[in-house]
Amino acid sequence: MGETIGFPEGGDADTAKRQAMMALAARASLDELSPALALIDDIGAVRDVRRPEIGLVMVRGRAGGGGAAFNLGEATVARAAVSLPSGETGFGYVLGRDRAKARLMAIVDALWQRRATRAAIETDILGPVGARLAAEQATTRARVAATKVDFFTMVRGDN
Amino acid sequence: MYVAVKGGEKAIAAAHRLLAHERRGDLGVAELAPEQVREQLSLGCDRVMNEGSLYDRDLAALAIKQSRGDLIEAAFLVRAFRTTLPRFGYSLPIDTAAMEIRRRISATFKDLPGGQVLGPTFDYTHRLIDFALAAGVELAVPTEAEVAADAGVAPRVTDLLAHDDLVEPDGEGDLDAAPGDITRDPIRFPVGRDIRLQSLARGDEGYLLALGYSTQRGYGSSHPFAGEIRLGEVEVEFVPEELGFAVSLGDITVTECQMINKFAGSAKVPPRFTRGYGLGFGHVERKAMAMALVDRALRASDLGEEIVAPAQDEEFVLMHADNIQATGFVEHLKLPHYVDFQAELGLVRQMRAEFEQTRAAIAADLKEAAE
Repeated sequence: MGETIGFPEGGDADTAKRQAMMALAARASLDELSPALALIDDIGAVRDVRRPEIGLVMVRGRAGGGGAAFNLGEATVARAAVSLPSGETGFGYVLGRDRAKARLMAIVDALWQRRATRAAIETDILGPVGARLAAEQATTRARVAATKVDFFTMVRGDN
Repeated sequence: MYVAVKGGEKAIAAAHRLLAHERRGDLGVAELAPEQVREQLSLGCDRVMNEGSLYDRDLAALAIKQSRGDLIEAAFLVRAFRTTLPRFGYSLPIDTAAMEIRRRISATFKDLPGGQVLGPTFDYTHRLIDFALAAGVELAVPTEAEVAADAGVAPRVTDLLAHDDLVEPDGEGDLDAAPGDITRDPIRFPVGRDIRLQSLARGDEGYLLALGYSTQRGYGSSHPFAGEIRLGEVEVEFVPEELGFAVSLGDITVTECQMINKFAGSAKVPPRFTRGYGLGFGHVERKAMAMALVDRALRASDLGEEIVAPAQDEEFVLMHADNIQATGFVEHLKLPHYVDFQAELGLVRQMRAEFEQTRAAIAADLKEAAE
């Protein structure tokens, strides 16, 4: 997160925009995403391409921070895939075990792919999420900044 | 050897009911919610996530409640849970240089580009019991300060020095090579640094602390300095096969330690500072520092050093680092070993009889000789 809050400007490829959208959705709460359901005419017609499930992703690090990769440890991940009656298939992948959120993320992804609802997803659903994350980041940074330290080396003796 | 036994079902059921009762404690005291453990005993959760080798704060909190605060038992529960889940795949390597920093210190570089921030730390506290916490005092609002333009994200100290050959770079390994995975393949010695780091990351904190300490006391001395310790949030990215591009799964908290060690040089390597690396889930500073010390010690043979101390012996270090394996083998001694013991008892009885017989024969010989 951090520097990537919000959508890339200008003529980036669709994939980059979709990645930014999915990154925001992953950091949204269930309550923040659920209004997206109102954008679907017939919720019953949303088909589960992959029923929501929980699994593991092995998180990798790099020796020294930037060297060869190693396996640090696993993390729980929930995932789901849905297709809309209009044909779009959406995917949800998120840390944790919240299956409902993974499914909702998949619906949001599918709605974003549908031209008619993309703007609503970006502006009405994920816009507030980005704003909340930015505000939280600003608070954290201000609190951390207050702990900035300057150490002085004391000189021994007079010379 | 353990031979299966039958029976005891009623006693076992009753023991587990009693355990549940003990876990709850005094009914006059409010019951602990897992959310309280997650929020207020967060460093315990972090330890369980590392030694359970699973990043899931809620699960760690619940495991701590279930285990009555026994953190090794909690890690055991987490490990058992992970075996019930399918593996979706491997993440892209996390980028700690892009970390949203909440703490960053260096014991070697006073004027660090990007600055030093203490963050939430026990350092410089007086370690006096705070009775006000028991009384329930009002929480002071954290101090805020103006945020510098370059705040939040900062390069790793070791990258700042990378151009200077006096500190070794991150390593010569293939950046794109798939690392070994001890959850899939058994460890075969000698191992690469990838296997060592994975083993150390899930290793017991107390064990690594003791080994790290032993290197400082001269058992394989490696002259360490804490080049940088950083704590904060990093993004985890994963490439699902069906999508073919990286998706952000969210952020995890990690602690990273860059240890810098004076090195006089060897036949293989010129004199310069070498490095040890520590990385862990959550805020685990002691663990990350100990891991970095042991990582450096285990690089002895790579650097052409003589192996003279326990912390440099990779087979000894890695085969005993996993406290779930260790506790399993130690604690299995509690289980009924009746058949095994009966066999041993018969053997000892026989050896004793032979011993007595021999002794009697010698005594008889001596008596005969004396007469």
